[in-house]
Amino acid sequence: MPIQEKRIIYRHVDEHGYTTDMACYQRHGGYEVLRKIISRKPEELCQEVQDSGLRGRGGAGFPTGMKWKFLDRKSGKPVYLICNADESEPGTFKDRQIIYKDPHQLIEGLLCSAYAIQAKLAFIYIRGEMHEGAKILERAIEEARAANFAGNNILGSSYSVEVIVHRGAGCYICGEETGLIESLEGKRGYPRIKPPYFPAVLGLYNCPTIVNNVETLAQVKHVLDMGGKEFAKIGASGDSGTHIWGVSGHVVKQGYWEIEAGKATIRDLLYDFCGGPPPGRTFKAIIPGGSSTKVLRIGEKFKIKLPDGSPGEWGVLDIPLDSNSFAQCGTGLGTGGMIVMDDTTDMVEVLANLNAFYAHESCGQCTPCREGSLWLKRITTRVCDGGGRLEDVDLVKNIADQVAGRTICAHGEAVAWPCQSNVPKFRDEWEAKIRAQMQAREHDDKSTNGRKGLRLV
Amino acid sequence: MSAPTPAPVTINVDGKELQVPAGMNLIDALERHGIEIPHYCYHPRLTVAGNCRMCLVETGMPMRDRQTNQPVLEADGKPKIGWGPKPAVACTTNCTPGLHVRTKTPMVKDCQEGVMEFLLVNHPLDCPICDQAGECKLQEFATDYGRGYSRFVEEKNVKPKRTRLGPRVTLDDERCILCSRCVRFCSEIAKDDVLGFIERGSHSTLTCYPGRELNNNYSLNTVDICPVGALTSTDFRFKMRVWFLKSVPSICTESSVGVNTLVWSREGKIYRITPRDNGAVNDSWMSDSGREIFKQVEAPNRIDFFAVDNRKCPANDALARVATLLKGGRVAYIASAQSSLEEQFLLRQIVEIEPGPVSLVSRARNGDGLLISNDATPNLRGAFLAGLARELPGTNLKKLHGQLETGEIGTIFAVNEDLSALGFSDDLLRRANVIYLGTHANKTSDLAQVVLPGLTVFEKTGSFVNQQWRAQRFFQVVPGPAGTVPDIQVLAQLLARISGSNAAPSTPDAVWQLLSARVPQLAGWTWESLGAQGKVLDASAWAHLTFSEGKSLHYDPAALTAVKTG
Repeated sequence: MPIQEKRIIYRHVDEHGYTTDMACYQRHGGYEVLRKIISRKPEELCQEVQDSGLRGRGGAGFPTGMKWKFLDRKSGKPVYLICNADESEPGTFKDRQIIYKDPHQLIEGLLCSAYAIQAKLAFIYIRGEMHEGAKILERAIEEARAANFAGNNILGSSYSVEVIVHRGAGCYICGEETGLIESLEGKRGYPRIKPPYFPAVLGLYNCPTIVNNVETLAQVKHVLDMGGKEFAKIGASGDSGTHIWGVSGHVVKQGYWEIEAGKATIRDLLYDFCGGPPPGRTFKAIIPGGSSTKVLRIGEKFKIKLPDGSPGEWGVLDIPLDSNSFAQCGTGLGTGGMIVMDDTTDMVEVLANLNAFYAHESCGQCTPCREGSLWLKRITTRVCDGGGRLEDVDLVKNIADQVAGRTICAHGEAVAWPCQSNVPKFRDEWEAKIRAQMQAREHDDKSTNGRKGLRLV
Repeated sequence: MSAPTPAPVTINVDGKELQVPAGMNLIDALERHGIEIPHYCYHPRLTVAGNCRMCLVETGMPMRDRQTNQPVLEADGKPKIGWGPKPAVACTTNCTPGLHVRTKTPMVKDCQEGVMEFLLVNHPLDCPICDQAGECKLQEFATDYGRGYSRFVEEKNVKPKRTRLGPRVTLDDERCILCSRCVRFCSEIAKDDVLGFIERGSHSTLTCYPGRELNNNYSLNTVDICPVGALTSTDFRFKMRVWFLKSVPSICTESSVGVNTLVWSREGKIYRITPRDNGAVNDSWMSDSGREIFKQVEAPNRIDFFAVDNRKCPANDALARVATLLKGGRVAYIASAQSSLEEQFLLRQIVEIEPGPVSLVSRARNGDGLLISNDATPNLRGAFLAGLARELPGTNLKKLHGQLETGEIGTIFAVNEDLSALGFSDDLLRRANVIYLGTHANKTSDLAQVVLPGLTVFEKTGSFVNQQWRAQRFFQVVPGPAGTVPDIQVLAQLLARISGSNAAPSTPDAVWQLLSARVPQLAGWTWESLGAQGKVLDASAWAHLTFSEGKSLHYDPAALTAVKTG
């Protein structure tokens, strides 16, 4: 039986006639979950989320219930909820479908979550470039206020919460949760140092704060609708629910698909949903979950442990679409933004492109990322421009090793992982490219009889 | 004044157990044990930024069993240590019981070499023309922790080389390692949040907020704490190689705060003044205005010879005339709160032999609440301690005016005070015999019958008592002008002359033997015992006096009053 999508979050996305207004949302059962849960105890709801095994959808995959549990309740400070809508990871385009096409689902998830953690105020920090999305959200919030789903004494309860949309100013690092908090406070978006600035303890205005991704908050709505234990039955063990896969690059049909975790493989996704490689081409590599995740080379084999504990072996296309399986293969499913490359792709140029992005987006606060990212960019650009040296191959890998794990925030890993995976996996390509360049340069020198350096000035 | 020292805890560093104060920052704690953790952005008196990543170490804690909460033990019975998967910055690590640290593993070495290499890839390496060379942490740590060679073959960033951040600070952007010490200093200590970064990544640039400049009176501290040659003092820039300079501990005379300083000189010429750390007085800071004071040393109006009746003469002739005048009686003294405690004490002995009213001149103005107090003299309290003054300044100057007019007073011995500026007319001063001991010429020295040259704080050795009643020492940095002797010797010779003895104590050490014998508050103290950070004395005898100072960094008169009444 061919694999089917299981649309929970995207149930109404792209549905004919489905609009972003309150009336449409309510015709489709909107805000019923909020009505249902507003009379329940917040602690119960947190427990439901914990029981559900829901993992954050922002890229790191941290269990949402556990994150909520870390909230500092003893300080007596107000609790804030922030929705991270700064979706900027290259290759990722899942959150904006929710924002643009089903905003009330996000608002309802946000309000349910805010009630569950008893947030005093909720923010949606939206990427600056999504100005239309910000307008849509603001309109949706107005509608929700008018219907008393937000604002004072929601649905007659004693709980009140306001939702504020805040637009970023166009900066990748402001999607890092502590950088986001700094930016929201009106400061330069420098990620904070942990310890001591764990958001759940010292977050926005040094108050306990939860930062959740758009899709995560939308998932919470369905967790509370179904009940945590029921939700946990969907998907794979340790990774419940569905994942939205946004596939871009060299496939016949790019797009997004919502698939139950672990119920399909990369092969199913790329062939059944995306129609395989363009005619006459073959797959070469996959960046599985947003550009910072480690690249996979088609043809690689992974020694893995099957669920029953027995050893097994997977090729890249055999990897099931859940986070544990990806982790076993040394990469991560990140944001689910899969970038596919076929045999026409120059992997050195791929890395040069990514390095340029991460150097441009390094905030500059801490040394390894600031200097490492720009240095890596300069090397890979030089190699692409014909000036490669054989020692550059190891140098790139080594510089990346000097960055990963030594920075204030995870941007260090985002800089390093593409290099750390691309270089060893495609070493042959790197060396071949550089050798060709060296030959060309030698030929150049011979043909000019070595006079090239002796220009009259 | 300082918080009580927390109880010691045991941590393990490279396999060795160390006793450190609980909760103390790991870098500071290890420094106490002589272990250096290289760092750039961390400064013990600023908030932690953790951005340079130079202080990466491996940390771990003894493991506990999740079910039983019992310590997990190794086969040999020692607690099993759960080492962190990643290196951690020492600057955000506080000492807790059982903390394990590794500072010398290959991983730590690799981190240090990596960060060092990164810091240098876009650094201009212009040490030959850099003012910081010789006291540069990049040079020092590159030597101690770097790889020693570079793998960087790309083009370096190009940034502005001389940006005027303010009237006294110049920025070389290429050298900046973006440690943010200066930004934090301005915001946290100077309370003038004027610096910040613009641009991103390696192109980040330090700058002032639009339309503002770095012109607060503490701006030069940013130069002191800059670990590299990015922030330079516009005044000191390119003047002298720091390795040619010698530094001598001194005390700033700007106000009664008594800021601890280092004065840097070469071949009798002073080049700069920097703060000297004293956690009970000025922390690591000093004002910009205090750094200018050395310029008075080379002022054109320095008094550099003894004179009688406006004619240069040998010291003995001048002192003989002074002795004659003092013996004539009807003497009034105008003492100085700029003089050292030792000088004040010798003057008191002179007053004991040739009695007369003693006045002090008030130098009150508005302080800044940080390191400049309302009292612009360094040693007002010394005058009380020396027994020279019994009343606060200014109270009996009016009386003296009347006494001069009636002829009740015929001789005035003035130390460093310009009487004209205090409202004494030329006629009145001409009528009296004025003896002037001072450093710079003024109306009074012009009209004086005898002029004795004085030395500035940089040219002599002594001690001041600051607003906290803390006696602090300063030392001679440069010799005084040829033909002069320190004030203490002038006064000692004069004392010997009028007392008929052969010699009076003329060194601080010798004066302190008398001081400890005759001043009950200093009983048992010696010159040496003052140490580098000074000593606070029991001031209850003067508790009834209301000094003019308000709050400063480590001084709160309100708190003192509360203690007094409570």
